[in-house]
Amino acid sequence: MRRALSLAALAAAAAFPLVAQPLGWEFYVGFASRIMIYALAASSLNLILGYGGMLSFGHAAFVGAGAYVVGILMAEGVASAWVSWPLAIVVAGLLAAAVGAISLRTRGVYFIMITLAFAQMLYYIAVGMKAYGGEEGLNLATRSGVGLGLNLKDDATFYYVVLAILVAGLYGLHRLANARFGRVVEAIRENETRMEAIGFPTYRYKLVCFALGGAVAGLAGALLANQNSYVNPNLLYWTQSGSLMIMVILGGVGALYGGLLGAVALLVLEEVFSAYTIHWQLGVGTILLAIVLFAPQGLAGLFARRPDA
Amino acid sequence: MSGILILEQTLNGLQFGLMLFLLAAGLTLVFGIMDMINLAHGSLYMVGAFLAATFAELTGSFWLAVGLSLVGTAIIGMAVELTVLRRLYARDHLSQVLATFALILIANELVRIVWGPQVPLNPPAGLEGPIELLPGLSYSSYRLVIIAVGLAVACLLYFVVTRTKTGMLVRAGASNREMATAMGVNIKVLFTLVFGFGAALCAIAGAMLGPILAVQVGMGESILILAFVVIVIGGIGSIRGALVGAILVGVVDTIGRAFIPALLREFLPPQFASALGPALASILIYVLMAAILFWKPQGLFPARG
Repeated sequence: MRRALSLAALAAAAAFPLVAQPLGWEFYVGFASRIMIYALAASSLNLILGYGGMLSFGHAAFVGAGAYVVGILMAEGVASAWVSWPLAIVVAGLLAAAVGAISLRTRGVYFIMITLAFAQMLYYIAVGMKAYGGEEGLNLATRSGVGLGLNLKDDATFYYVVLAILVAGLYGLHRLANARFGRVVEAIRENETRMEAIGFPTYRYKLVCFALGGAVAGLAGALLANQNSYVNPNLLYWTQSGSLMIMVILGGVGALYGGLLGAVALLVLEEVFSAYTIHWQLGVGTILLAIVLFAPQGLAGLFARRPDA
Repeated sequence: MSGILILEQTLNGLQFGLMLFLLAAGLTLVFGIMDMINLAHGSLYMVGAFLAATFAELTGSFWLAVGLSLVGTAIIGMAVELTVLRRLYARDHLSQVLATFALILIANELVRIVWGPQVPLNPPAGLEGPIELLPGLSYSSYRLVIIAVGLAVACLLYFVVTRTKTGMLVRAGASNREMATAMGVNIKVLFTLVFGFGAALCAIAGAMLGPILAVQVGMGESILILAFVVIVIGGIGSIRGALVGAILVGVVDTIGRAFIPALLREFLPPQFASALGPALASILIYVLMAAILFWKPQGLFPARG
């Protein structure tokens, strides 16, 4: 049942640009790409927050780091995606490893705050990079080049590249969650003391999980820089981390499609309300509040079979 | 010259720190007693400032406006606690983050509908100009009043928390909620009161800082993070920690912004210094917090033994 739904959604997503373009909905192809990029970013946070149980409040820093790698390389004349995207992944992953190595020594609320602190530091570093736009940010001259006869400047092509990466990302998350690594990380979330007593190096597992999430966030950042043709420090601001967290909670913490559902729900809500009223935040806020109060498991919980499905 | 400058910046830091303390005190109590992450605390600060601006225009008196705004914000705070937040205490931190983030969106938009994006708020009559504290040091008289108000509220808070029955219940709740309940403390009523009290402190901070910073939508978000930094440095649930943390953050931030760029210019070529200085100054308090958490993971004054 669930597999059928997933495949149907994938088929619909694959057919979307073909339908949209004749109807003149080009805007929505770009909008859908943006949703999928945020879905990837939110899913990477879900790996850390949902599966790993680490309440990171600084995830936007890794997305922003990935975006800045692409932006800076582009400004220096390196436009190839084969260079800049892997580098974005590596830089964001290493940053996450460094932040995680220190932050994971603290627990609970202190962990939330220290990840936030590191993200804010990176935000101010981005603001301070006067050579790369400082507070104004950096315009990208073009989209990254991938070769293979593909031109990312075409919105539909870019859409398919993003879709392929998102599907690969979600499949990877699915495999990871069901592999030994994923089971261990989930067990650590449930009872760290016990896992430690059994003999698992819990700190190392959590750190790898954190760095992995950061690396994928870097990839999402690289895509986002291409989508917007623009990077600026706001990508790293704490409200961005907040939004990603909202997407995960909204979609379903620790659910495979949590990040995807949350990104779709939040961005579509914003789009719909902002089409009707300039006071769209009021509508979005009210609905978010209602969801917390009345649907504690998030949107994925509405579809899930009862408990441990 | 430099001594005077340092003194002036220290006073600025103290002034900012004391206002941060007003925010942090409410936040740390809500956090400590109810184990509740309230991102919407900054919104109460914003509402307090807007209410004060309106009342100041209606009554013509700044101080009357501060008083009225304090009462109004406390009522709004308690109403929000009774209708929404009360349902969240038993939930996990994630739900609280989501719900209070939603409250921020709602508050920002409601304020924008009622007042528009920004309203003017002037300092009270007679305090617009500077006065000369020392030969060569003239200092804004209004900022001195802020320092005085901040110190007065801090003393009052200290007295209430350490010397009254309510304060005793608050401390009991912060150090061990279940035990306090078991001993017959009516935690529900206490929660509502503490929340209203925290909202009133927010209103004071919002109204007092209004004339210096701008009274605008979104003013709560930037200061909220600083208030969180303060309570984490001080130790969650500890009023004393909030005071020490707030003054530390206020002074370090202000002094850093004033002197780091100049200091860097001594050692580095100017184009590096001008780029690096402001960034380094902004980062300083986060470095401070990370360092303190690294050495003292529970903050400087942990409330739970």
